[in-house]
Amino acid sequence: MLLIDDLHASIGETEILSGLSLEVAAGEVHAIMGPNGSGKSTLAHVLAGRDPYQVTAGRVLYDGADLLAMNPEERAAAGVFLGFQHPVELPGVANRYFLRTALNALHRARGLDEVGPVEFLAIAEEKRRLVQMDRTLMDRSVNDGFSGGEKKRNEILQMLLFEPRLAILDETDSGLDIDALRVVADGVNSLRSPDTATILITHHQRLLEHLVPDRVHVLAGGRIVRSGGPELATELEVHGYAGFDARPSQGLPTAIGSGR
Amino acid sequence: MTLAARTVSAHPNEGFQLPLAGRPSDPDWLTVARCGAAAWVTANGFPSAKHEDWRYTRIDPALAIPFATDTDTGRRTATGTSSPDVSLRDLLGPGLGGIRLVVVDGHFAPELSDPDGLPRGIRIGSLQNALATTPQPLQPLWSWHPSGYPHALRALNDAQATGGALVDLPAEAVVETPIEIVLVTTPASAPHWSHPRVVVLAGARSRATVVETHLGAPGSPSVTNALTQVVVDDDAQVNHYVIQDEGLDSFHFSSLEARLGRSSRFSSRLLAVGGRIGRHEVHTVLQGENAQVELDGLFLTGSDQHHDSAILVDHGAPGCRSHQIYKGVIDGDGHGVFNGHIVVRPGAVGTDAHQTNKNLLLSDRAEVDTRPRLEIFADDVACTHGAAVGQLDPDALFYLRSRGVPHHEARALLVSGFVQEVLDCFAGGPIRQYAERLVTAHLEPNMSAGRRGAGGELDSDRARNSSVSRSQGGRAR
Repeated sequence: MLLIDDLHASIGETEILSGLSLEVAAGEVHAIMGPNGSGKSTLAHVLAGRDPYQVTAGRVLYDGADLLAMNPEERAAAGVFLGFQHPVELPGVANRYFLRTALNALHRARGLDEVGPVEFLAIAEEKRRLVQMDRTLMDRSVNDGFSGGEKKRNEILQMLLFEPRLAILDETDSGLDIDALRVVADGVNSLRSPDTATILITHHQRLLEHLVPDRVHVLAGGRIVRSGGPELATELEVHGYAGFDARPSQGLPTAIGSGR
Repeated sequence: MTLAARTVSAHPNEGFQLPLAGRPSDPDWLTVARCGAAAWVTANGFPSAKHEDWRYTRIDPALAIPFATDTDTGRRTATGTSSPDVSLRDLLGPGLGGIRLVVVDGHFAPELSDPDGLPRGIRIGSLQNALATTPQPLQPLWSWHPSGYPHALRALNDAQATGGALVDLPAEAVVETPIEIVLVTTPASAPHWSHPRVVVLAGARSRATVVETHLGAPGSPSVTNALTQVVVDDDAQVNHYVIQDEGLDSFHFSSLEARLGRSSRFSSRLLAVGGRIGRHEVHTVLQGENAQVELDGLFLTGSDQHHDSAILVDHGAPGCRSHQIYKGVIDGDGHGVFNGHIVVRPGAVGTDAHQTNKNLLLSDRAEVDTRPRLEIFADDVACTHGAAVGQLDPDALFYLRSRGVPHHEARALLVSGFVQEVLDCFAGGPIRQYAERLVTAHLEPNMSAGRRGAGGELDSDRARNSSVSRSQGGRAR
């Protein structure tokens, strides 16, 4: 479904991704872990099409199409969803109106019928219950004055509503209590199907106690330096990332030298 | 204030003479006042860029428009009123659906007005009739500025206004339905000046809502020089709106003057979307203890448009409260101006005065000049003011686009979010819906083409939003 091949990306003069390669097949959940500053969030933003990042080399194929040639709204229409580490506040824009506007934009782009206000009410209410988000947050401005946990629930609500094929969750688990963590895990689990894939970007393995990934990757110095099964997350929990910063990992002796 | 300081420019037209206005039925005091005002204009000239309050707003282009006398246009309107032309009726539209007074080119048009449905004792209708029949209560309105006019346009209205609309509420009168006053420039007429005047007299403990709508057709570079005077007696409450939707080739100058008695409440909310050059002045005097005023405004200024808001709140009594939020959205090469001035006079202790101006620039060529000012001559006061100028938040734009919302629609959504704070101050129901429709229509041509028809649904969702945010007390009132 997703093929990232030797991706280099910079912001200004600083290279942040330095030859990152990754393949995610449909039906899989991948976890990308790594120390702060390793390029995790940059990867998420580059995949979603954020402006200031420049891709200087490499390619990203999504269902065989050149993902990097699409603008952000085209990527969303094609089924890519980014769960933000820091969801943006939109003062004056009612959450319910935002959700329906976005859903209908996706429907139009996908050639589906638009959803009217009444029908939407029912759909949104079902998803809201799933993520256990307070009802009043639907009528407030998007993320405006929401607590950290409420913002993340709103992200998962969007993920469930927009039914992406590839969900990329950027540190969605950070700062969450155990209940909210379960909501995120349940959301991802409910999205699991042979046709969809998820990339979980996370600093901690806490989320992975509720959500068993198919593959775990360690991102350091702007590239994947080690990949393995779920057991890799446990190993990281015990030993930390120190080893990846301090010495080249097995089979990838150049990884650290090219890092930031 | 010295007259010399205001003598900054003569009329640029060679051989300028102010045409005489007035009616045979005018009482003597009115004729004297008109002559005095005309003399003031001739002596002091029109404000230019050297005039501090007019630094950013040019009136020269408007002075190039022929200066026909107001009575001429009045006569023309009066003689042609048996069947008002179709385009005028189209322009007026259905309105808010309640009590409506229509003023055409500065003159009350009874055949277009619908003043029925008011409780007994309330006098609304033609200002020219009131001047002819019972002028006495109106005399103080022609001597509002005993120590000299603020500028020539204001004096010009005193000299030239012969008609308009009057709302006269006796003590205790309560009108629940909004009273709509539509001031319109004849679409088919040759370019001309008009000087409409609206007078609202609210007796003690009375209560009413007055919605002033200024309309004009595109393609007519006419000049409106409007004046609204509101006298709010003790414990009365007047909610006032100005919707300025003039033609995009027109010049619109309007002044609102309000005097507030003890424990009275006054609000005035502006939505300005029209005009090539527009300026709306507010001059509020809080002269009774514990009076409260709320002034809010939104101007949407597109390419080839200029809008100036000049606000003066004069705290002259103890314990008064004033609150203002003005927002501007400036697109293309449009130019916005905000001059906000709060004065707290000696003795006005316990004053609570707040003023905010926020502006959103949608293009690299858009400009705004904002000057909030505070002058405090009393102790024990709480006053704040602030101004901000910004552009759309790129993070917010990306967030929306990452959800599949196309770029132009994402922009429109963020702009509508920016203006909500002001629209939330508009009363729900027809007034709010009208304002929302105008805002959507004004923002749509540039930003969300292809999404027409969303307005209706927008209304319901936003209305919910506003009721919730109010109940949370986002803005205490």
